[in-house]
Amino acid sequence: MLAYFIRRVAQALLTVAVMATIVFTAIYAVGNPVDILANPNADAKEMAEIAARLGLDRPLHEQFALFVWNALQGDLGRSFVFNEPALKLIVQRMPATLELAFVALVFSIVIGIPLGVWAGLKPDSFAGRTIMSGSILGFSLPNFWIGLMLILLFAVELRLLPSGGRGPTTSLFGLPVTFLTWEGLRHLLLPAFTLALYKAALVVRLARAGTREVVLQDYVRFARAKGVSPRRIVLVHVLKNIMIPVVTVLGLELGSMIAFAVVTETVFAYPGMGKLLIDSIGRLDRPVIVAYLMLVVVIFVVINLVVDLIYAALDPRVRLTESEA
Amino acid sequence: MAEIFRRRWIERSSLLHAEDMDLNYPHTGAGETAPRGKENAMSITRHSLAALLLAGSVAGAAAQDIKIGVASEATSVDPHFHNVGQNNALRRHIFQSLVGADENQKPVPQLATSWRTIDDTTWEFKLRPGVKFSNGKDFTVRDFVYSVCRIPLVENSPSNFTIATKGIEGITSPDPSTIVIKTATPYPLLPIEMSVFGIVSADAFGAAPEVTFAKSGCTGVGTPPKSADFNDPAKAIGTGPYKLKEYTRGTQLVIERNDAYWGEKPHWRTVTFRPITSAGPRVAALLAGDVDLIENPPIQDFDRIKGAGFDVVQGLSNRIIYVHLDQFAAPDWKTPGVKGTDKNPFLDKRVREAFSKAINRDAIVERIMGGVAVSAGQLLPVPLFGSSPDMKPDRFDPEGARKLLAEAGYPNGFDLVLGSPNDRYINDEKVAQAVAQMLTRIGIRTTVDSMTASTFFSRRNRYEFSAYLAGWGADTGEMSNSIVALVATQNFAPGFGNTNRGRYSNKKVDELTAKALQTIDDRAREALLREASKEAMTDYGIIPLHFEVSPWAYKKGLVYTPRVDQYTLAFEVKAK
Repeated sequence: MLAYFIRRVAQALLTVAVMATIVFTAIYAVGNPVDILANPNADAKEMAEIAARLGLDRPLHEQFALFVWNALQGDLGRSFVFNEPALKLIVQRMPATLELAFVALVFSIVIGIPLGVWAGLKPDSFAGRTIMSGSILGFSLPNFWIGLMLILLFAVELRLLPSGGRGPTTSLFGLPVTFLTWEGLRHLLLPAFTLALYKAALVVRLARAGTREVVLQDYVRFARAKGVSPRRIVLVHVLKNIMIPVVTVLGLELGSMIAFAVVTETVFAYPGMGKLLIDSIGRLDRPVIVAYLMLVVVIFVVINLVVDLIYAALDPRVRLTESEA
Repeated sequence: MAEIFRRRWIERSSLLHAEDMDLNYPHTGAGETAPRGKENAMSITRHSLAALLLAGSVAGAAAQDIKIGVASEATSVDPHFHNVGQNNALRRHIFQSLVGADENQKPVPQLATSWRTIDDTTWEFKLRPGVKFSNGKDFTVRDFVYSVCRIPLVENSPSNFTIATKGIEGITSPDPSTIVIKTATPYPLLPIEMSVFGIVSADAFGAAPEVTFAKSGCTGVGTPPKSADFNDPAKAIGTGPYKLKEYTRGTQLVIERNDAYWGEKPHWRTVTFRPITSAGPRVAALLAGDVDLIENPPIQDFDRIKGAGFDVVQGLSNRIIYVHLDQFAAPDWKTPGVKGTDKNPFLDKRVREAFSKAINRDAIVERIMGGVAVSAGQLLPVPLFGSSPDMKPDRFDPEGARKLLAEAGYPNGFDLVLGSPNDRYINDEKVAQAVAQMLTRIGIRTTVDSMTASTFFSRRNRYEFSAYLAGWGADTGEMSNSIVALVATQNFAPGFGNTNRGRYSNKKVDELTAKALQTIDDRAREALLREASKEAMTDYGIIPLHFEVSPWAYKKGLVYTPRVDQYTLAFEVKAK
């Protein structure tokens, strides 16, 4: 087990190191930030001074070495345009994105499971077919388009909800959140729904497939024969058994919702991490881009590492085959 | 009766929004002492008091507060941190400069009431009496000197304001209301440079009682503030019509009226800037009533905006969209984007002229810009300083262009790659495509290589294009800026031709420009600049296409006078 553990950790570290190299050199190749940051009237001397101030005058390997050295001490660089630590900027935006992702997650469950179960129980009914065709729309309509249509409908035409931005924050365990006030919730509804739609479609399909499989199982038949009410059969016997794949998939999807809510955040001018990433790319704010991508890499690597370790702990076959290899 | 309603409202809102009330308490308290005294007598709780004050502000809010959707967010409140459009626009609300600029970028009095030259290298500025900073301190010569001294010291600045101060050799003050600035050479643009940077309070950051300027290093500056310090309303002290109230990065920036302001009180009590970078959502926010005014609505949405009962204004900007042609004459230089010939065809003036005549500028303006642009025949629009009313756009003449090409030895034309950004200027890629098709018609078979701005400018600065489309906004609003940047021979020592990435070179243009930059007399200088401009244009050193027009959209009942410099200034938004 210890050998397996060490090997997995070493692999994870290697992944991070490789990604750091790729991310840093790729960003370096995109363009020279001085060309974007400098005032157009700046002359060559001033351009050189800017490069020197931002440490961009050094050769690539030196910049990379410095980056690695600082990163090992927890410093991922300073934003060129905000003059603040990149990590701090990202962490400041994190509660907004986490909040959006979790509300979207709740939405996708609340919308997806009842519809999926319904479609699974009555696959040939009109409602069942409508739900299934509807879920295709959820998959295929582009996110930004849905967002814009929702804005047009609810904000511009009906004027029920705000068109974007984040509501006023209140503090919950030291984190600035908005879902505790009505005004904050109103701001969350549209972006969270937009973000949730694709996941909801996914959940509908998983729940339907699961339901169709489960209702044919012996224990459901026995329950029915025993005279258990249909309500209890669905809510207890079916629901519990279809949740396993749904939870697995949603857990994976949550990661991507947090890391890549970029499109939704842009459409709704929502001040989350994705918006920061997009803006930073446009401004060639290298430290923020690199820090963001590194953070995402580390999050995913850690999640995978933990999952692998748990898996190994649960299933002896894994660590046996691994140690033979 | 009204009293009862008010009380009910207070109780309800204090229950619902106890948290918010705390936040609003210190701000709404200011300047509303009358209701506060009355309620004190009724001995109500602190929360209810705050609620009442807020209620007061809510009642008058609709008329006195304005929300503005901006296309890019100021990156810092520090007026000296980054010399970039959105920061400079914000700075004008809070920090003023010696000299201001009107909507046509003409220098106008601001903290200085008048200025004149004493001799060729000495300028004298008379200060406005009785100006106070928002912290109550008087504005003095010391604050000006402190600001000039602080500019080069800003840490990690991505682009600072030394551009504007580098000409200053010495600052003296014969009396408290006069600033005398020495320059090394005659410096006619000094008043304009004085309009570029904002003045901060020396006292806010603990400068010594005496701050003296020296080119080699000032004395008495103390520890200059960090940029982040300014994001704190207590430290963002200026003389402007507004002061900072709240800055939540990415969400909003709120400024409130500065009651100590020396000039005309602005109409809006508070102004909220919300960054909405994408154009579609920005328009949606206006239509939904979430913001009252937006900058840069996309041309294709004008009809929709007007149809929904909003107003759109547009005004000529100082930005020229042009095509630069590689004219580098070094013997070992092979121009990168031309095929079908061994030579660089653009070294021949006839080819450049053919290039210009092949372009149907009016069609581009009509079809691609939706009429929201103006065809250009020079680098700066009339009436800006140094523009010539008689310089018209080149006439569209494909036949003549073909003839010129044949004369120049290219009867079969050649292949060309035209570089262009695709997210920097209005419809930039589409304009490039149109130009490419028009050129192909006369035999210059052109393909467009377009890319995001960050990549484009880096490649352009490495001279990777034989022809590229770009834009130039003349910050100073006068011709020397455009000529020096775009067509003066590249010479990095005096800072000429920084953006002349076609490396055009014409001795006569250089001489006239250099002479103009040493000529104090405005009329003589303007004549020289016109001549230089004419020389560059008739030599087809650069191909002007059109001037961009900058639009704003807002709800009915507002008026905004478009500015040539494209800034959105809340204190110039008036209510009808």
